[in-house]
Amino acid sequence: MAWRDAKASRARLLLFTASIILGIAAVVSIQLFRDNLQDNIQSQSKSLMGADYLIDIDETPNERAQAIIDSLNPVASEVNFVSMVAFPKNGGTKLARVRGIEGPFPVYGKMETQPEQASSTYQEEGGALVDATLLLQYGIKPGDSIKVGELTLPIVGSLSSMPGNSAVTSSVAPPVVIPNRLVAKTNLLQFGSRKEYQYFYKATPETDLIELENVIEPMLDAERADLDTHTSTSRRLGRRYENMGKFLNLVAFIALLLGCVGIASSVHIYIREKLKHIAVLKCLGASRKQSFLIYLIQIAGIGILGGVLGGGIGIGIQESFPYILKDFLPFDVEITITTQPIIMGVVLGFLIAVLFALLSLLNTWYVSPLQALRISDTSGSKKPKQAKRIVFTIIIIFLFLFSYWLLRDVTYAMGFVVGMLITFAILAGIATLTMKMIKAWFPKTWGYTTRQSLLNLFRPNNQTLVLIVAIGLGTFLISTLYFTKDILLSKTAVGDSSNSANMIMLDVQPKQTEAIAKTITDNELEVIDNIPLVTMRIHSVKGLDAKAEEQDSTVQIRGWIYNHEFRTTYRDHLMASEEVIAGQWTPEVSNDDVIPISISENVAEDANVTVGDKMVFNVQGVLMETVVGSIRMVDWGQLQLNFNILFPKGVLENAPQFKVLSTKAPTEASSAQLQREIVSNFPNVTIIDLRQVFTIVEDILGKVSWIINFMAFFSIITGVIVLIGSVRTSKHQRIKESVLLRTLGAKNNQILKISALEYLLLGIVGSLVGIVLALVSTLLLALFVFKEPFVPSAIPFLIFLPAISLLVLAIGLSNIRGVLSSSPLEVLRREA
Amino acid sequence: MSKILKINGLEKTYTSGAKQLTVLQNITFDVEKGQTFSIVGPSGSGKTTLLGLCAGLDTPNAGNVELCGHDLNTLNEDERAQLRNREVGFIFQNFQLLPTLTTLENVSVPLELQGAKQAAKRGMELLAQVGLADRFHHYPSQLSGGEQQRVALARAFSNSPSILFADEPTGNLDDETGEKVIKLLFDLNKASNTTLVIVTHDLDLANRTQQILRLKGGEIITNQPTVTH
Repeated sequence: MAWRDAKASRARLLLFTASIILGIAAVVSIQLFRDNLQDNIQSQSKSLMGADYLIDIDETPNERAQAIIDSLNPVASEVNFVSMVAFPKNGGTKLARVRGIEGPFPVYGKMETQPEQASSTYQEEGGALVDATLLLQYGIKPGDSIKVGELTLPIVGSLSSMPGNSAVTSSVAPPVVIPNRLVAKTNLLQFGSRKEYQYFYKATPETDLIELENVIEPMLDAERADLDTHTSTSRRLGRRYENMGKFLNLVAFIALLLGCVGIASSVHIYIREKLKHIAVLKCLGASRKQSFLIYLIQIAGIGILGGVLGGGIGIGIQESFPYILKDFLPFDVEITITTQPIIMGVVLGFLIAVLFALLSLLNTWYVSPLQALRISDTSGSKKPKQAKRIVFTIIIIFLFLFSYWLLRDVTYAMGFVVGMLITFAILAGIATLTMKMIKAWFPKTWGYTTRQSLLNLFRPNNQTLVLIVAIGLGTFLISTLYFTKDILLSKTAVGDSSNSANMIMLDVQPKQTEAIAKTITDNELEVIDNIPLVTMRIHSVKGLDAKAEEQDSTVQIRGWIYNHEFRTTYRDHLMASEEVIAGQWTPEVSNDDVIPISISENVAEDANVTVGDKMVFNVQGVLMETVVGSIRMVDWGQLQLNFNILFPKGVLENAPQFKVLSTKAPTEASSAQLQREIVSNFPNVTIIDLRQVFTIVEDILGKVSWIINFMAFFSIITGVIVLIGSVRTSKHQRIKESVLLRTLGAKNNQILKISALEYLLLGIVGSLVGIVLALVSTLLLALFVFKEPFVPSAIPFLIFLPAISLLVLAIGLSNIRGVLSSSPLEVLRREA
Repeated sequence: MSKILKINGLEKTYTSGAKQLTVLQNITFDVEKGQTFSIVGPSGSGKTTLLGLCAGLDTPNAGNVELCGHDLNTLNEDERAQLRNREVGFIFQNFQLLPTLTTLENVSVPLELQGAKQAAKRGMELLAQVGLADRFHHYPSQLSGGEQQRVALARAFSNSPSILFADEPTGNLDDETGEKVIKLLFDLNKASNTTLVIVTHDLDLANRTQQILRLKGGEIITNQPTVTH
């Protein structure tokens, strides 16, 4: 019976099936991609690192550190630093990451070079391996030469890939690999240069990396060195994509919720149309259980079918993710197809179909056989409140469990479910309020068509509540997605660079400052910034130095605080990217005062200090006592120099320091000219051309946006299906009314106006409320989930609001288009 | 007497799958202005289809309908609607009241569609005539079947139609209520001198009209005046 009935209702069940397919497809694709990403990170972490574990240190290791390093027997080592390189052949210059390598690196994975053997011969030959893209950009070939600092050496191969390099980092500072023994000849490792020493190790099968981490890490910490195992790298990498994962989970949650709303509304229409048949079946002797089961089996069957199809589509979609994101990830993602997504799709399809159809299915249980005999509308059959309550509770539990499964966090899951319930309640409240307001201030003197439209909004059988909730919920979910996308994208957004510097010169020695400034002005450019940089380390926090802190387990200070070499500056003003959130900023002090410094929010948190706490710094061997005067919130997303620790004027002027100069080169040619001059005269100076960074960041953002927009589009499609389903709820009733009006003499434009105004009002109210609610919820997400600032976009108001309102209008009018173009009896025959 | 409805060679067929189903053929008759006229026949004889064609609710495959001097074949859907709004009243077996409107609003709809300013006043007068003035603010779902049909009667006369079509007006009512409604229908009809066309299978009701047209299998069997008239 279930099969026979479903066969006859194929078209009506299509909306229902589509909702399930789309919802499941989104969840399956996103879950699979996330799992694949994690698996890949884990399995490829050795190749990413190039070893089982490594020790890194930002300065030449002292004796104790060197003893630890040697005792573990490194297979290879490197020193790397960022520097400008030049190509004598054509005078081209570029910022590059120079990696001076000694020994057979990498231990795992490989350096892909052209010619292939170059990766194993460059050390012997004393040549350089240069990033393949860089060679291409500058028209250089293996055999030409490269100048690194004061050293010129032959290029023996082009480097396509090597462990630890992503397309992003390579684009900003492409790798140039040289033999470690030649690094000294570059003369680039001077005071103030940012450099990193790395020692690579291969673990024996018996080595317990966690144990090793526990034993060696504290010893290395004391010597300002770090131990990284491939397992910790995999954890770190996982965290790097955490926000993207959170966003994709949000998309999955929203897509599935939209699917659920679609299921609920399409089953509602379906069952309502079937109630009379069910009443007849009951008259003929069908039990409540039998009539309930007929439709339950149908719904469950379609849920399973939708799950299988959705799972299949989900697999197809996730196959495309790695292709789109390949430049964003530092490794290749290999997609594996398993039976798990199909099982997940089927189970989820079954669950959501049955759960969200249950409220409507209850009608089949409680419908009276008498309704087969009654003329009146059959939609009003009463379900006991207890049954409704039970179904609602089950739905809420399911939503919570599903959110938890996606987010793996009880608080977030609770937040999501409570948020959805509040949204639902607000939408229902606003729908009721709208009806009450129209009723209270009904414009009795307005024309008939307008009055009839408004009457339809609050009179019996109105669809105001259902449509405002459905439209509002759909718009809310889609807009939340859009606003959230804004949060993620603005994190890396490139600020308006029209008035700011686009070239930054780092590592300028004090004695070079004047000459470089002159080079800039000689090129008819302006020196925008001349920032002093003083490197220092934290010696003690609140009287506790690193050793004391280590011995006192009650002290909550993060390890990096003592190990990090801070690059600080001093000035008498704050920048636009800084905001004091605690204490008071002191611009200048005289020599005898206590030194009130300003620290960034993250340092305050990790060093566990607040305003008034003492911090002692080691400035090139001299201990300097300071007190935390203020804590700043710093917008690190801005492409400019920001500082963790900021000193007032009058303290560090005489400390050893180097400078950062910046300028704005209006054209690419003027930028290239200046770079050439500075690199040839001051090889130690590093130039960052922000113009290139802007382009690269924009390119990456474009790709991330594509994924985000694609998934948002996916949700929008589901939303449209929900909308069609919701508007269709009243299709037959509206057609009947329109035909009757037509019979009584209503003209096309009168019927059109009545429907148009009603749907337009519903569309505007529903979508406006949805967008406003999305704004609030995204603000909460920004604060508590993403922990990022949120500047809302106007797009949802300018595009979503009119688009959704017009869509509701179009779907609404499409319901009655038959009435407008056909004779009344023809319409009634079709609808019968 | 002038003819208010002229039917000439009317034919209506429906397509059901690959098959053509002829519902009406060779239908020709006239209705005089002010006449009461009934169309009778067994179920499936084409009575309601004929009524729909006469009122311009559907279009014939062949033949033509002239209603109130207008050849319906020459009018488009809007023009036919306008003609109905001005000249025609309807009563349906299932009452067909708009569920979202109150009793008074339902009665006023034809006048509202014309843009008449006194629609509500005229609606109240008619509700009083059918004995439902005190129920003007009730919705159709709050009325009994007989009451709903009385509201439909009031609505049918609200635009002072030249011709009134009634499709099985007592089909959903018990005998007693049906009798009351029919009496009201004829009284109102007489008072407003409207032409009345009733589709029914109730021969007693048909016999109250001046002319009876009998249909069978989509064709006219007889078309003759009733004996009592």
